[in-house]
Amino acid sequence: MTASPPPVLEVDGLVKHFPIGSGLFGRSRDKVRAVDGVSFSVAKGEVLGLVGESGSGKTTVGRTVLRLDTPTDGAIRFLGNDITHLTRSQLRPFRRQMQLVFQDPFSSLNPRMRVDRIVGAPLAIHEPGMAAAERTQRVEDALAMVGLPRNSGERFPHEFSGGQRQRIGIARALMLRPELLVADEPVSALDVSIQAQVVKLLLDVRAKLGLTILFIAHDLAVVGHVSDRVAVMYLGKLVEIADTRTLFRDPRHPYTEALFSAAPVPDPTIRRQRIVLTGDIPSPINPPSGCAFRTRCRYALPACAAEVPPLREVAKGHLKACLRDDLELVPWQDAPRDPARPPAVATPAP
Amino acid sequence: MSAPGVNASGLATSGEGPLLQVRDLTVEFRGQTGRVAAVNGVSFDVRPGETLALVGESGSGKSVTSLAIMRLIGKAGGTRIGGQILLRRRNGATVDLLAASDPEIREIRGTEIAMVFQEPMTSLNPVHTIGAQVAEGIVFHRRISRRAALAEAVELLDLVGIPEPRRRIDSFPHQLSGGMRQRAMIAVALACKPGLLIADEPTTALDVTIQAQILELMQRLQRQTGMSIVFITHNLGVVAEVADRVLVMYAGRIVEQAPVVPLFGQPLMPYTQGLLRSVPRLDMAGGVHEELHAIPGNVPDPTAMPPGCAFHPRCAHFQPTVCDGAVPALEAADPDHSVRCARWREVSRRVPASQPVPA
Repeated sequence: MTASPPPVLEVDGLVKHFPIGSGLFGRSRDKVRAVDGVSFSVAKGEVLGLVGESGSGKTTVGRTVLRLDTPTDGAIRFLGNDITHLTRSQLRPFRRQMQLVFQDPFSSLNPRMRVDRIVGAPLAIHEPGMAAAERTQRVEDALAMVGLPRNSGERFPHEFSGGQRQRIGIARALMLRPELLVADEPVSALDVSIQAQVVKLLLDVRAKLGLTILFIAHDLAVVGHVSDRVAVMYLGKLVEIADTRTLFRDPRHPYTEALFSAAPVPDPTIRRQRIVLTGDIPSPINPPSGCAFRTRCRYALPACAAEVPPLREVAKGHLKACLRDDLELVPWQDAPRDPARPPAVATPAP
Repeated sequence: MSAPGVNASGLATSGEGPLLQVRDLTVEFRGQTGRVAAVNGVSFDVRPGETLALVGESGSGKSVTSLAIMRLIGKAGGTRIGGQILLRRRNGATVDLLAASDPEIREIRGTEIAMVFQEPMTSLNPVHTIGAQVAEGIVFHRRISRRAALAEAVELLDLVGIPEPRRRIDSFPHQLSGGMRQRAMIAVALACKPGLLIADEPTTALDVTIQAQILELMQRLQRQTGMSIVFITHNLGVVAEVADRVLVMYAGRIVEQAPVVPLFGQPLMPYTQGLLRSVPRLDMAGGVHEELHAIPGNVPDPTAMPPGCAFHPRCAHFQPTVCDGAVPALEAADPDHSVRCARWREVSRRVPASQPVPA
């Protein structure tokens, strides 16, 4: 990554704990350590993928960097400005430059509003003085940009399919030409053939508008396709971050290796040597000591329980949080097909 | 599994023949604007011990097909179900599930055909313990004591890999994680050792690492019991992993049917070709962004089906009158590979699966 322009987003030691229940004297005792010390930065025009399983804290990272949640600790710098502790009114000028695309295109659009009002809402808030004709024009332009008919504004959300609704959500997010887009699982609720359309649209607008995107998803293949760099989260912490090609070809953290090996490949002639992780992701209320992944890691040593491994650079731009440097990890290993299920036709020679 | 020689139309009832034969299944619901055919003339076989994947997007009719096999679609509200679903029972008799009496269906459901649903949280009863839910079917079908059934429930939970099964039979669904709940669901389904398991998106709600555990579990159980599995999913990666044969559905019809390797290697129907190309591949990540191919347009509205081939408005090979005249027939391109496309010969010759469709 080029170092010259300042990053659009810089996150430094971000912590977000949610208190649960309350102890004696109303003091909260337990807390969910949703995000527990996360640092990364996103350069202008870059797509950073954030992957993790449910409960890893990836959505909380997305909400917190947009200051929809207030961080417990750490710092968030947006275009060089520290926005960690700004009040609502102080945040307002920044809001227009950072927008969010939601996962569920059904619940994120108000069913009682016409599409032109939904897509024009950011203008109504941030440009209240704009003339009606200009606003209509801008709404039509935004709809056209995401591939919807210009007159879609006259209709209501229920008249659109899931993929079209997601386009409406993207049009709304792009209305104010933001600097940063946080896309939280933007395609996981869509059908396979529609997912590809929305992914292409996001890449297209990013190229057109020079957008910076934080792309949050659990689907490794989609993240790998969209992102320039990928960060892997586990139980509130980043365990590895590298540019996409490097991460997918040379993962250095055992969790990344296991994630890759668990993802099914759409090719029946390939049979993976699968690393099946035992058990579930531990509770973020009471995470394991030391490395949070050690309870499911097949390479764990007694030392892994002693202290939290820091995220450190193992190659240029490639960081990992794992004590062990002696591991030979592979993203996947092909194995012969299960002899009980021989291929129906001869496997083509490589 | 290597399939015994069964021709697609033959209603073989010998021990070697298919376990389940679906013939011309049609399910029509009554909507505000008239009748809507969710499933339209679907025929297929499930062979003993095989995994048949049913693939399709929302509205393709794959879930309705599975519910019809379980006889879980009521006839209330003007719903019409036509065709035959022939099951070869354990005693050798063949029964049409659509015509069978309710008591007979209750006897078959659970013991010979069982189902695993997508969402383990909503399909397990939150107010009963896991043990009670696994034992329920055993008590109902085998008329043994609750105590004996609970003892079997412990064994079943152990079989599906739930740790400390003796303690877990007293747990409620909310006390288990998503993956554990899905294991419990599978234990419920397997309680009476069904010959056919219908799994409707069993891993869609789960994380990839948990999905890998559940897929491995299902494959192990299939090896141990020899049951057939109908695996309904939209995830092509999962299909490649588990299926022996694949049925691709679009807008209520089967559009392609083949063993898994030729289906992925030489798909004949443009829809299947498009689907396979629209899935980003893990092993190609970090490459060129433009590789991904999207199928334009949307799945058709069931109340306003396009004439002729339902896929024609989205198809790169569309030709007027050929494609929008009559609904193409499901043709056998190979004894084991059938396709519903008026132009499959030209399409499959011109476009090998690995090349992008010219726009």
